[in-house]
Amino acid sequence: MSILVNKDTKIIVQGLTGKTGTFHTEQALEYYGTKMVAGVHPKKGGETWSSGLESAAELPIYASVKEAKEATGANASVVYVPPAGAAAAILEAIDAEIPFIVCITEGIPVADMVKVKARLDASNSRLLGPNCPGVLTPEECKIGIMPGSIFKKGSVGIVSRSGTLTYEAVFQTTQEGLGQTTAVGIGGDPVKGTEFIDMLDMFLDDPATESIIMIGEIGGSAEEEAAEWLQEQAKKGRKKPMVGFIAGRTAPPGRTMGHAGAVISGGKGGAEDKIAAMEAAGIRVSPSPAKLGKTLVELLKEKA
Amino acid sequence: MNIHEYQAKAVLKEYGAPVAEGVAIFSADEAEAAAKQLPGPLWVVKSQIHAGGRGKGKFKELEADAKGGVRLAKTIEEVVANAKEMLGNTLVTAQTGADGKVVNRLYIEDGADIARELYLSLLVDRSCGQVAFVASTEGGMDIEEVAASTPEKILTLPIDPLEGVTDEKAAQLCDALELDGDARADGLKLFPILYTAFVEKDMALLEINPLIVMKDGHLRVLDAKVSFDGNALFRHDDIMALRDKSEEDEKEIEASKYDLAYVALDGNIGCMVNGAGLAMATMDIIKLYGAEPANFLDVGGGASKEKVTAAFKIITSDPNAKGILVNIFGGIMRCDVIAEGVLAAVKEVGLQVPLVVRLEGTNVELGKKIINESGLNVIPADDLDDAAQKIVAAVKEAE
Repeated sequence: MSILVNKDTKIIVQGLTGKTGTFHTEQALEYYGTKMVAGVHPKKGGETWSSGLESAAELPIYASVKEAKEATGANASVVYVPPAGAAAAILEAIDAEIPFIVCITEGIPVADMVKVKARLDASNSRLLGPNCPGVLTPEECKIGIMPGSIFKKGSVGIVSRSGTLTYEAVFQTTQEGLGQTTAVGIGGDPVKGTEFIDMLDMFLDDPATESIIMIGEIGGSAEEEAAEWLQEQAKKGRKKPMVGFIAGRTAPPGRTMGHAGAVISGGKGGAEDKIAAMEAAGIRVSPSPAKLGKTLVELLKEKA
Repeated sequence: MNIHEYQAKAVLKEYGAPVAEGVAIFSADEAEAAAKQLPGPLWVVKSQIHAGGRGKGKFKELEADAKGGVRLAKTIEEVVANAKEMLGNTLVTAQTGADGKVVNRLYIEDGADIARELYLSLLVDRSCGQVAFVASTEGGMDIEEVAASTPEKILTLPIDPLEGVTDEKAAQLCDALELDGDARADGLKLFPILYTAFVEKDMALLEINPLIVMKDGHLRVLDAKVSFDGNALFRHDDIMALRDKSEEDEKEIEASKYDLAYVALDGNIGCMVNGAGLAMATMDIIKLYGAEPANFLDVGGGASKEKVTAAFKIITSDPNAKGILVNIFGGIMRCDVIAEGVLAAVKEVGLQVPLVVRLEGTNVELGKKIINESGLNVIPADDLDDAAQKIVAAVKEAE
């Protein structure tokens, strides 16, 4: 089992014809035959996208998300559109009632995401991101830019605000032989579609997920909110072994650390508060990003 | 991106917010003419730097009992005397750090008779994903202190983007600020103006501290601090024109030319990393092993060799960097590109300090081969833990 995506997920690409969209669509097709079914481009409807792969795979291009969905039965979309047009692309996918939208684009103005969020809340769509690496279920489906080679099918659910730290967690759990059910990057922007709680809820429900790694960073209070939620769930008997990490203990206040959302402002969003909240919720927080896998192995041994 | 107070007030004035008359000056020669343009009998001479706490700040070059970075003047002569004393000197405030900031600009403003000082700001409330007002009757002081000691005196009011500032919400803000009479009428007008300015100009923060009720019963924006969403500047040429590079770190300006996310820090280990989260985690692990990072640097997901070279040169240009740690987990970023970029930079500027390189992910073998065959004195590392321990040890040994 897995969450969000599996071998039956059918994906259209918004921004397929650009360099980034082309590269990652090729990578996805190569990853256990992820079902990429079409591209969307307002001016290139009716054309065909050709990959540079040995398989010479091709995809049809439609003028709109709605047409692409009707023609292919797609149930997911991935957005590689550049920042200035990305919010409009997400809105188009929401209007076309795509159930699951993943936005990889980094650098979307916050004001645009505030508008997207208002529309999203009134819809049945789920948005992952923006400014995220996407989601990957080993040996089944890859949406986004995660390197498929470091994954191994297994039992750990991974959720993170950071792309490269997701890779660290994936790599280390692969090295320890645990493998992953699904890895999800929720993204580094302050206003986004999916928060920790949504993903933790799914991982707790997923029978194949035996343990969870949660990676947060400075800025906002999503980690604290998730920790509080986990405590409530534990009271209802919903609980799995969890390892955590928070990036940015050494970040100075008031400075934005690469991710638009990674900033300690007004005395809020510091790492120590988040770590304390996560530990209070029973999460084993690793002080080192290099010891996520080892910490989880130790925790599982203790629980056994 | 931050702008100066006088620039922020000019932006707000365009939208119709009540601000005092004022003139910005760049040299003391301009002070007299500036003061004469204002009615008097009270002038305020305000240092223009990108940091708060100016009033309580101290000038490094002046006596300890000299006045701070915001001064009142009752005559035009006093305006001129203060301008001469302030311009070109270094103001140290609670927010500037010990080095302080040189005051290159002053704002001469018409003085106001203050009855009450209030606090009002707008920001993006992350937990609901909406723009929110923060309002408090406790103006003129640090809002963080108010939040810590008397949180009940702060109202946070999110605004639904589909509705804007409704009459009901504007009334709620008036009530929170205890406004009545003319001040209430001013407030009902002001709140939608501020919201529109915030959204249209893609602001990240708009802070008015204090917003004052004057003795004549009207509202006035007495101080204004505005910063903008860097991701939206592409659609605001007018705002970009307000950028003051003298307020920014030179290395950060250089980094911004190459679209690198770079933040200068106080430590002695330079870092080059891909991904913001991993870059922060690399800083953290350096600290964990007893040293301090000299910088945060994220080369980004798909950096070219040229970008990597530029990044490496920025790190080596920092005299505080006594060692360098390159930490790459290649997803889209290929390890061989990193290796070639580092080599090209070293060829140009040399390598005077220990360098530890940790490569993982896409094309890792090729990347390691390029480094190994370069003849460079690079200390290889197996994983992040190993890399951090090795660079900390190498820097301590070199001391």
